[in-house]
Amino acid sequence: MKYDCIVIGGGVIGTAVLDRLSKYSVNALLVEKEDDVASFTTRANSGIVHAGYDCEPNTLKARFNVRGNELMWQDVCELDVPHLKCASIVVARDDQLDRLEALKEKADKNGVPVRILNAGQTRVIEPNVADEIVYSLYAPTAGIVSPYQLAIAYADRAILNGGKIQLNAEVTAIKRTDGGFVVTTSAGDFECKCLINCAGANGAEINDLAGAEHFETTYRRGDYFVLDNTERKNVHTVIFPLPTEAGKGILVAPTADGNVIYGPTAVDTTDKTDTATSLASLDEVRKNVPLSYKTPAFNKCIRVYGGLRTLIGHDFVIKQSEAVPDFIMAIGICSPGLSSAPAIAEYIEQIVVDKLSLVKKDNIVKQMPRCGRLAELSSEQLDELIAKDSAWGRIVCRCEKVTEAEIVRAIHSPLPATTVDAVKRRTRAGMGRCQGGFCGPKVMEIISRELNIPLNEVKKGGGASIARFKVKEVE
Amino acid sequence: MMRDLYFDVAIIGGGPAGMAAALSARKTGASVVILERDVRLGGILNQCIHQGFGLHYFGEEMTGPEYADRFRKAVESEDITVMLECMVLALTKDKTVTALSPTQGLCKIHAKAVVLAMGCRERTAGAIALAGTRPAGIYTAGMAQKICNIDGYLVGKEVVILGSGDIGLIMARRMTTEGAKVKLVLELMPYSSGLKRNIVQCLDDYGIPIKYSHTITRVVGSPRLTGLYYAPVGKDRKPVLEQEQYISCDTLLLSVGLIPENDLLNGLDVEMSPVTQGAVVDENRMTSVEGIFSCGNVLHVHDLVDNVSEEAEIAGRSAATYTLGAALIGDGFVSVTAKDGVRYSLPQRISKGEGKVRIFFRVGDVYKNCKLIAETASEQLVSKKFMVLAPGEMGSFEIDRSRIDGDVTVRLEV
Amino acid sequence: MNTICIMCPMGCPLTIEKQGDEIIVSGNTCKRGEKYGKDEFQHPKRAITTLVKLQNGGVASVKTSDAVPKERIFDVVKFIGTLVADDGVQIGDIIATDILSLGVDVVVTGRK
Repeated sequence: MKYDCIVIGGGVIGTAVLDRLSKYSVNALLVEKEDDVASFTTRANSGIVHAGYDCEPNTLKARFNVRGNELMWQDVCELDVPHLKCASIVVARDDQLDRLEALKEKADKNGVPVRILNAGQTRVIEPNVADEIVYSLYAPTAGIVSPYQLAIAYADRAILNGGKIQLNAEVTAIKRTDGGFVVTTSAGDFECKCLINCAGANGAEINDLAGAEHFETTYRRGDYFVLDNTERKNVHTVIFPLPTEAGKGILVAPTADGNVIYGPTAVDTTDKTDTATSLASLDEVRKNVPLSYKTPAFNKCIRVYGGLRTLIGHDFVIKQSEAVPDFIMAIGICSPGLSSAPAIAEYIEQIVVDKLSLVKKDNIVKQMPRCGRLAELSSEQLDELIAKDSAWGRIVCRCEKVTEAEIVRAIHSPLPATTVDAVKRRTRAGMGRCQGGFCGPKVMEIISRELNIPLNEVKKGGGASIARFKVKEVE
Repeated sequence: MMRDLYFDVAIIGGGPAGMAAALSARKTGASVVILERDVRLGGILNQCIHQGFGLHYFGEEMTGPEYADRFRKAVESEDITVMLECMVLALTKDKTVTALSPTQGLCKIHAKAVVLAMGCRERTAGAIALAGTRPAGIYTAGMAQKICNIDGYLVGKEVVILGSGDIGLIMARRMTTEGAKVKLVLELMPYSSGLKRNIVQCLDDYGIPIKYSHTITRVVGSPRLTGLYYAPVGKDRKPVLEQEQYISCDTLLLSVGLIPENDLLNGLDVEMSPVTQGAVVDENRMTSVEGIFSCGNVLHVHDLVDNVSEEAEIAGRSAATYTLGAALIGDGFVSVTAKDGVRYSLPQRISKGEGKVRIFFRVGDVYKNCKLIAETASEQLVSKKFMVLAPGEMGSFEIDRSRIDGDVTVRLEV
Repeated sequence: MNTICIMCPMGCPLTIEKQGDEIIVSGNTCKRGEKYGKDEFQHPKRAITTLVKLQNGGVASVKTSDAVPKERIFDVVKFIGTLVADDGVQIGDIIATDILSLGVDVVVTGRK
């Protein structure tokens, strides 16, 4: 079968594009090299929906961030993705007011509502800023979203509307044909008329495979601490230091999943797979957090992780190729990529709609059903659910209070969760303070049962199993 | 509809502490319910298939499952309600317990007293901010133990263990017995945090090396662990990076500490000890909230289950006594405070009265030829010599309550 | 020789010496420690705990009914690895007797 359109890359950009295209009468396929969407850059994101004040005016970053912020708050409601429009502040000491004012000027040019707050006003928004902080730039349109759940929700809705997703499909070759492309992947060849490169860290490489414009890519790793959800009550907004050349700086922020993060650092690297944290970089976070936030709680750390930003020059590269017809690229998507995702998808949607003269389908799914997490259910709703399926009464993940029913639902969702990590991203089982020490084996057992595979074939994610060798059969 | 259930004593947790507390509460005359989140009673004992349990309590050497089974049978033979697969979601000061189970749905258990017996959890790679990749192959020792002893699978074949807690040492032997190669144990401190006999019978017996004052600097490999870098630590316990070394492995087990699982108490006004991370209790194991008792590893981490059982009996008996309206405490409290090398002592307060009270304590470092002293401002109550005291081994002594004339201090003389 | 007694969690430091024909154990605080010290000097022994396969593919935990010579640990584990127990075995059931002529049985200690 020849697809109208293939999207390469299942991060938040690729899934958002597929979701938008799936509203039309179109055969669209997304190919992703990992065993789940949101498996690399999107997974290790700060989860901040930026207001857009700090982007250089008249850049793609400014344009898509500001529009993306508008669209985001609508998307997350339709998609039932955890989020909170909690605003953000950029904090400054007494001698840094001029830098805040410069930021405000940019904000005005970008059309982003912001206000400079004094010491007292700042502490109304965030009582726990460091004592040295006397000013802040308050951005009420900023907030937080669960980045992986957003990508997963885009993927799920796209599938419900007819989109296709092929996981474990790493693109190894792209051939131009008369009417389009043959995309060779580790999961087979796929033909299409129109090809969209949303390949994240591999974006420039995909361009090269297609013979499209060549770009030099650099990478910048950022390390984070994730804090226990008991810290959530101490952080009320997203707290940024003043931005620098290296980025937006080490922030303190609540997460949409109810934790707190400290980070990221900015470590330049040439390795596009390098997401390993380092002692030095983690120390950098330890050193910097107290400069803006007065009650750091590194002893409440439950996890550290590293993520990678992919940089091509100073701006996003989002355009149709001039060298290769019907090849569209959205690459070099570093920060504010997550915030821009809905707008980038909207832009690409328009290009593809015009190019292929697409028409909207009737009866598409717009509002995703409420997911129903245990904590959000009333006792009546819960009783009703348990009466139908007792698995709603069986808590598997004690730290995050996730029931067996939620895990089973994730395994059988439109884009099925087939690994422990995939279940974790969808349900939060294993994301709490015991980090799956207790529920991990139970989740494995449920996956094994639901997918009818032996326990030693259940993977953590990335193809590696956990229970590996049957005892008494170890040679 | 939410079901309402009424009991004198609700016991949260059906491991060794919960079962012993239930039995003693029932024997004292209270109606008792055990709320257990697993499919059976026994808790972590079910996966501790090694020996070393029961010598003190039953006078015989037993494995964990056998020790649990002995208590399970005793519980089953008594009029004790056991709710399995029952997760407690909330606890209020008025002793109302909200719980969820697949068979009962959402229930409110209205109790006159609550015994906390939820046990502890292991510190994770995240909690110690382990640097490097985040691959398959890194597990807490207890998770690997569960997958091995209950599910029947090994998590890997080339193993490094970080930390020398007892579960880590036990798993070093288990993995070796089942055909894995345990290459190295690394311990941050200059001494083991586990029992001496576990160093001997789990490491020395199998020629497994342990490096004290060493830690991991980063792990490598993706999607599976392929190795790790480690280095000696200086006096500040920070790694000396110039001396970093590499070792290949497919598995890293962590045995870097246990944390009482008191999350249920968040928002409740139970006074907590920052040292034990459990509640502050009196000799009855009652917390600062009247009618809420605590025992076992949720109160403070024990190294012997026999001690857990004894402590839980006190808590269960006291909880039952409390619900039956009998006087539980004497006239006012004195505090018991640890200092000078004693990391903590427990109970942290004792009510005035007659009879003996056993005080448990743990030291903060290895001390040789030392003397443990318990005293009030005016009188020395106990002076006990020890050839060696180590953080991995809990000690105890008795004091005579009638001799207590004020706050008690427990200290070490070296 | 010096060693740590493993008979109970006390972990008494033992000194074991041969005086003439007699083996003298010191440092122990109980009778079991003395016996352990003597055994350890002459012929170290260990009780073994491991798993046995069940017919249904699961496992049950087992122990040796008594200690076996230390150098035979892996022989014993290997032998137990060849056993397959009935699915219905219960705690206390003996599933093999006098294994490898060592005079010890294999006893079930636990089940899933």
